[in-house]
Amino acid sequence: MAELTTLKEAVEYLIHDGDTVAMEGFTHLIPQAAGHEVMRAGKRDLVAVRMTPDLIYDQLIGMGCVRKLVFSWGGNPGVGSLHRFRDAVENGWPSALEIEERSHADLANAYVAGASGLPFAVLRGYVGCDLPKHGAPIKSVTCPFTGEALAAVPAVRPDVAVIHAQHADRKGNVLMWGIVGVQKEAVLAAKRAIVTVEEIVEALQPGANAVVLPHWVIDAVCLVPGGCHPSYAQGYSRRDNVFYKAWEPISRERERFSEWMERHVLSTENFADYRRSVAAEQVQEAAGA
Amino acid sequence: MMTVAAARLLENGAICFVGIGLPSAAANLARATHAPEVVLIYESGPIGTKPEVLPLSIGDGELAETADTVVSTPEIFRYYLQGGRIDVGFLGAAQLDRFGNINTTVIGDYAAPRVRLPGAGGAPEIAACAGEVLIILRQSPRALVERLDFITSAGHLEGGDWRARAGLPGKGPTAVITDLGILRPEPGTQELVLTSVHPGATRSEAEAATGWPLRIAADCGETPAPRPHELAALRDLHERTARAHSAA
Repeated sequence: MAELTTLKEAVEYLIHDGDTVAMEGFTHLIPQAAGHEVMRAGKRDLVAVRMTPDLIYDQLIGMGCVRKLVFSWGGNPGVGSLHRFRDAVENGWPSALEIEERSHADLANAYVAGASGLPFAVLRGYVGCDLPKHGAPIKSVTCPFTGEALAAVPAVRPDVAVIHAQHADRKGNVLMWGIVGVQKEAVLAAKRAIVTVEEIVEALQPGANAVVLPHWVIDAVCLVPGGCHPSYAQGYSRRDNVFYKAWEPISRERERFSEWMERHVLSTENFADYRRSVAAEQVQEAAGA
Repeated sequence: MMTVAAARLLENGAICFVGIGLPSAAANLARATHAPEVVLIYESGPIGTKPEVLPLSIGDGELAETADTVVSTPEIFRYYLQGGRIDVGFLGAAQLDRFGNINTTVIGDYAAPRVRLPGAGGAPEIAACAGEVLIILRQSPRALVERLDFITSAGHLEGGDWRARAGLPGKGPTAVITDLGILRPEPGTQELVLTSVHPGATRSEAEAATGWPLRIAADCGETPAPRPHELAALRDLHERTARAHSAA
């Protein structure tokens, strides 16, 4: 049953050290504010599941919150590498990172299986691919009807799913639209769910392609306008491609990354405070330049 | 020239599953020139999208706002790709071998990589299930290699009739478009051979930029030079994109 609460409280009570956490959002609606709150709370040893780790997991990895990463594409889209992710994989900094690497089709199917209460998913995939040789839990099953060999992959069943959406009503029913990714599946596959939203509205008005999640599949709804930045919320904001490009030099070196995170994330109270801190620095840099 | 040559291979009306970066540029150039009816699908969910500027990411808002519809990620992969609805998969690659197999995972050893690349994304299943696959990448001996460090997405794997024996539904790679020319699988062996050289490039340059002994098709010709309307459309696309992505 959804409670309207602060993000700080939701993270404190619903995410525990060692949990398997899925913070989803395919480019759109990435729950960045929740990621920051996990870092401020100093959560540790998380098994972090996400199709596209993006900046949110690059930061969580660089801040030492993650023990294991389950993912299918780990880059800064259109820009290049996720340097903190690469540093962890290549050099074990700040700590060794176990990886479980799968494909998009696999993880999408695995969330569906998780939401469906099934132990595994079946897909026509991985034929000729080396991933199954390197520890990814990918097996083969034979179709009992046709004899076709297909890939079998374990369901994703997170302890906690975290997503960002456009609207919630006061009961905690959630509405999202646009690129909806695997968020519905992630929430329904998880034991607990946190949703940050752009706006609390009197009544949801679902339009085309809209996804509505009923309040009784969600544990916490938190009002965090702009909480997906530098990702975006259709109808509210545009993807901040300039920030995605700016992340490249910030994240490249350990010292600059750590200093940046300390100043803007750990030393701020919440996401609005963080946004002010980053904006103030940008103004300062513009003035100095 | 690479983007123009790649765009030309996309037929008007084709249903195309588009990778980000070079494939996305080529597919949108095709839509702006000879193929206005091409249906572009991105793995984030937009179907029939008509972006005015090239997306930086696979899920920019522009893609959703200009799409015929937007479906969930499971639906894209389960119903549209695995369901056999895609004519052409358009992919990029970090490394490619002579049978059109793609590596986007690691350079070096998997457990202790020299370079950790982004990984598979949607590519393994696009390569398996799309009707055919076009691959676009810049040619160099480090990119077109004798042996891949890792097979992320299988093309023709070991060559010959491997795909048919493996029961894969699609034809696999039918063309590799580079900055120097076009490589196509030789019928029978499925080994990539040089079938066209771009204006300004030479066969020996293409050979030197390939990590395996590149063979040249008997009928290898020259790629027709970019036409003024193609160059103009490409320039417009890049200018609009640069403006959009530099605005805060």
